[in-house]
Amino acid sequence: MNIAVLALQGAFVEHRQMLRGLGAETFEIRQPDDWNKPKDALIIPGGESTVMLKLLHELGLFQPIRQAIVEGLPVFGTCAGLILLSQQLENARSPYTRFATMNITTCRNAYGRQLGSFFAKAPFKGIDHDVPMTFIRAPYIEQASEQVEILAEIGGHIVAARQDNQLVTAFHPELNNDASIHAYFIEMIKNNLK
Amino acid sequence: MQENRTELNRNLAQMLKGGVIMDVTTPEQAHIAETAGACAVMALERIPADIRAAGGVSRMSDPKMIRGIQEAVSIPVMAKCRIGHFAEAQILQAIEIDYIDESEVLSPADDIYHIDKQAFDVPFVCGARDLGEALRRISEGATMIRTKGEPGTGDIVQAVRHMRMMQAEIRRLTSLSTDELYEAAKELRVPYELAKFVHDNGKLPVVNFAAGGVATPADAALMMQLGAEGVFVGSGIFKSGNPEKRARAIVQAVTNYKDAKMLAELSEDLGEAMVGINENEIAILMAERGK
Repeated sequence: MNIAVLALQGAFVEHRQMLRGLGAETFEIRQPDDWNKPKDALIIPGGESTVMLKLLHELGLFQPIRQAIVEGLPVFGTCAGLILLSQQLENARSPYTRFATMNITTCRNAYGRQLGSFFAKAPFKGIDHDVPMTFIRAPYIEQASEQVEILAEIGGHIVAARQDNQLVTAFHPELNNDASIHAYFIEMIKNNLK
Repeated sequence: MQENRTELNRNLAQMLKGGVIMDVTTPEQAHIAETAGACAVMALERIPADIRAAGGVSRMSDPKMIRGIQEAVSIPVMAKCRIGHFAEAQILQAIEIDYIDESEVLSPADDIYHIDKQAFDVPFVCGARDLGEALRRISEGATMIRTKGEPGTGDIVQAVRHMRMMQAEIRRLTSLSTDELYEAAKELRVPYELAKFVHDNGKLPVVNFAAGGVATPADAALMMQLGAEGVFVGSGIFKSGNPEKRARAIVQAVTNYKDAKMLAELSEDLGEAMVGINENEIAILMAERGK
């Protein structure tokens, strides 16, 4: 199994370490040549969504990646990654179009500035224990359409969800020692390969 | 400050990795920086080159001006306070700044003590010229480190010196045996636990950026290849001929810092770079402030 990790900006190294711990191969995507390599899935990490979006367009990565997601490539977006996959976005600042492949409405910087960042433990559907969740200037999902399966909620807001091949979390599972959400994603990839 | 807060503040710095943090003095500049792909902005009244030219005592910026910049952009906003000036830091925390830079670019307020950063909820980034300085700042509560460089000069030599020094000392520490490590911690004047972390992990416990003198895409690529996890660009952008284009080029250079062909394209037609001053031509070495 070989997982592409978008490495334009942000916390991509942490995802790679997490996946390596689970025995998955990973490689970084920084330009179109990287994207042309064979891959079984894609991770869009946390970072600044405005920066990633701009670089995706400038480097000519946006269209091919969007097409692969539409065609069913398993994708896991954390924080900024969730924002890029959201169809609707409140407090949008970037002039560039997002992937917008998931039928959710997301509120960006929903908890305010860094003083609003927090840590929590909460249930996650399909995982048998409460998972650690680190929220850094995080978004949350305000609304999700019927195709979307809600996986975790905190304070009445959706913070993790899945729609077919797309998995998103508003928090950063790559920052804690608990690898269960990455393992969940690997299961998704395996089922897709069958 | 709770243990939790330190971790969350280190985590925010992790999200900034691979990015460019730009000095801005007005909401308009902040907007240009955000559009060009800055992952955060540093709000200050005067950029380092002008602080250097103006001379005199340099202080924290007007909170109203900082708030104007907070309203103009959606990315994290940082601001500088003077070394040791914890009241300025309290004010910056009160306006909910995302990161405080306890900075040698401003006139130091205390020539012995740095701020007890563990007493704050907002995160701090501090400058360091070597490993000892970096670990001392981290033990005081800094959750991000940057090289000190020589701000406002457009001369990269000091940032290179600091980054090389830090990397060499990290490599040295990892090669020591446990009994040697106690002595090394003493020599570095740092807590043993932090020396042990570097020994075991081969890196600082927090994110480490380059700062000071970055003026071109090549400068940014150089610092990234030397081990920086991102760069601060101060005077280099808004003191140049075409700030927008230069900012965009530096952002791309940080992402593809190993691709020389792309760097060549990015370096084309950027207009006038900031004029710059050589290290040996300047009267005040800011990097010497606060060790």
